[in-house]
Amino acid sequence: MSTETDAFSLTPDQAVTSESVRDDLLKVYPKKARRKREKQVLVNRKEADGDGVVSLPQVGANVRTIPGIISQRGCTYAGCKGVILGPTRDIVNITHGPIGCGFYSWLTRRNQTQAPTDEHDNFMTYAFSTDMQDENIIFGGEKKLRAAIQEAYDLFKPKAIAVFSTCPVGLIGDDVHQVAAEMKEKLGVNIFAFSCEGYKGVSQSAGHHIANNQIFKHVIGEDDTSRGKWSVNLMGEYNIGGDAFLIEDLLERCGIDLVATFSGNSTYDQFANSHMAELNCVMCHRSINYVADMIETKYGTPWIKVNFIGAKATAKSLRKIAEYFDDDELTQNVERVISEEYPAVFEAQKKHKPRCEGKRAMLFVGGSRAHHYQELFAELGMKTIAAGYEFAHRDDYEGRNVIPDIKVDADSRNIEELHVDPDPERYDHGRHNQALARASDGVAFKEYDGLMADMPDRALVIDDINHWESDLLIKKIKPDIFCAGIKEKYVVQKMGVPCKQLHSYDYGGPYAGFRGAINFYEEIDRMVNAKVWSMVTPPWEDA
Amino acid sequence: MRKVAIYGKGGIGKSTTTQNTVAALAEMGKKVMVVGCDPKADSTRLLLHGLAQKSVLDTIREEGEDVELEDIRRDGFGECLCVESGGPEPGVGCAGRGIITSINLLEQLGAYEESEGLDYAFYDVLGDVVCGGFAMPIRQGKAQEIYIVASGEMMAMYAANNICKGVRKFADAGGVRLGGIICNSRKVDNEKEMIAEFARRLGTQMIHFVPRDNDVQRAEIRKMTVIDWNSECPQADEYRTLARNIDANDLFVVPKPMEIEELETLLLDFGILEGAPA
Repeated sequence: MSTETDAFSLTPDQAVTSESVRDDLLKVYPKKARRKREKQVLVNRKEADGDGVVSLPQVGANVRTIPGIISQRGCTYAGCKGVILGPTRDIVNITHGPIGCGFYSWLTRRNQTQAPTDEHDNFMTYAFSTDMQDENIIFGGEKKLRAAIQEAYDLFKPKAIAVFSTCPVGLIGDDVHQVAAEMKEKLGVNIFAFSCEGYKGVSQSAGHHIANNQIFKHVIGEDDTSRGKWSVNLMGEYNIGGDAFLIEDLLERCGIDLVATFSGNSTYDQFANSHMAELNCVMCHRSINYVADMIETKYGTPWIKVNFIGAKATAKSLRKIAEYFDDDELTQNVERVISEEYPAVFEAQKKHKPRCEGKRAMLFVGGSRAHHYQELFAELGMKTIAAGYEFAHRDDYEGRNVIPDIKVDADSRNIEELHVDPDPERYDHGRHNQALARASDGVAFKEYDGLMADMPDRALVIDDINHWESDLLIKKIKPDIFCAGIKEKYVVQKMGVPCKQLHSYDYGGPYAGFRGAINFYEEIDRMVNAKVWSMVTPPWEDA
Repeated sequence: MRKVAIYGKGGIGKSTTTQNTVAALAEMGKKVMVVGCDPKADSTRLLLHGLAQKSVLDTIREEGEDVELEDIRRDGFGECLCVESGGPEPGVGCAGRGIITSINLLEQLGAYEESEGLDYAFYDVLGDVVCGGFAMPIRQGKAQEIYIVASGEMMAMYAANNICKGVRKFADAGGVRLGGIICNSRKVDNEKEMIAEFARRLGTQMIHFVPRDNDVQRAEIRKMTVIDWNSECPQADEYRTLARNIDANDLFVVPKPMEIEELETLLLDFGILEGAPA
């Protein structure tokens, strides 16, 4: 990433320092709130000791949002149903609850899917809900849930049905797991449920965990069909705007056998067979690193961190996969694909970089996107001067080496932690030994250094940013572009700064891989060079 | 119309006391409606002579939205009106939400309107104030006066004290007040004096001491109130006195719940220690 050594500044005229902006952000808070936000609003001071080892400030991540603050965060149900299971096309996902939860979590993330033919199941265009009414809250909703599962089964005969609990289900104590088990027995298809009530946990991150735990328990390992050489899973890729399609294409052209993507453009059968892959490639570290760990413990599959956002990062990730398999044929394939793709990337960079160079971006999104997209901005010569996640944990900021030091609080204990042992029959010692051998050759397994290591010294790092803070950042610093989600978008644009949604990509994408990078260059060039937002004077300032 | 809610520990005799008091009020010529707020739907059995009454929630379930007041209200002893809100079977759903729904429906259907000519509406509420639903009768001015049924047993007094906390919480917003403690005797030593003192400490009064009498059970087994079964017996007069005291009551207070230590001291002061080994 950025290797420049010139002094960091938030604004071209160096009018404000990171420290002074931080003080301004924090000084309005009441004492208790300020104590908490002080740990989440940081200046990225990278201090090297005598041996050149860089230490980073500690982030107060994955803690409850202070009531009264307008947070970016979503709920646990949204994380479970919307993010993790939403992109899977052939599982019937039934929301057990009032209709709003099901409707507003339906396709809003723009995750796409492509069934091979029209004959294949694709339920993503349906919103399934038990539509709980007052009566079901009072008398319990289990009967209605049973009927809904039966109805879905009768209509669609799906391979699997998943049930998602909304807040009232937890309050009235409907036993969704018992109903799922009964109906699984009765119907003979895989049926499982999630206790992902919206109020559980600190953020949607808890929902990801609950979703992934159940997929691990109920689906992964159901199909032992063996796979060919160079087989991988792509984990933590959700096919927003078609990202997964581009990555699938690259892998296929390299001859890499993609068993399953968790969960962009995915199917039930892919999950069921995913433990047979040779290697797990983790993209969004936050949402899925623990599944990669559990698969490694149970089946011996090693995992590496990859990133297909950014042309350079894509090339690096493909090479990393090739290094793991250590096979000349695969290495040649990968180099061939990179050399086929790169000319167009260079061409696009030549066109867009001069128009974007030196411009300043702020990224406040997700649990990995605020990090990954810095790659693309760097390729345009742009600087990320402030960034932070909505729902990430300390390891996503500071790197995995802090994991042993992360304090497990009551909120985290509230989320089930699966205990996993090696599978007596299916643990693959060959894979494990291959990983050991490749590690001794310098392949980095289970490694992620986090967002802060890649950000400039003295940039702003802000966890769980809120509206007050983003308003002030925009007023003080006037970035050239602000990246966030739908809840921020129009507030930001009314302040005269373009806002790119990195949850849904607005109406655009894909942005992954090489061709995705070109799409992104074009989009960002258009946005940062359009004068429209700065020309607008809002009516209340007109007087 | 006076709106009265009866609370108290489970099994203390709320439904029995309520119905016997309502019978006495009816005998005095008062027009009374009783609303049972217990999922078991057994708060009006004595007034209806055991008639199995379809609850409000059952009716909503079966009839949908199209419900008339006549579908959920039955005539009982002395022309009193009886309603059972009903609720889910034990361990399922949300009974509290059920009570909220059925009271809202009663209001929408005009059960409390001037035209109904009611002198009293009584709410008989299950057990402790366990959640927002069971507090419904004391929220938003649904009931203005609360009577707590208690005995000299510690857990009954403990529950009564807890209920006072609920009343105090809603006193400012809803204007609800405590009218007194009804002592339903369990023949505990010094019971009458102790409950009188307990009530005084709470800032209220013991509105009546109802002695223990097997005639209550004799009437109950016949699915009747005492007045209905044998209006001449002495226990019938006890309920008449209680009804008159409530009718004439003008002491309505925001209660001052006690700290648990104070409550325990009270029990010790009134002779529970007697008979304990020295």
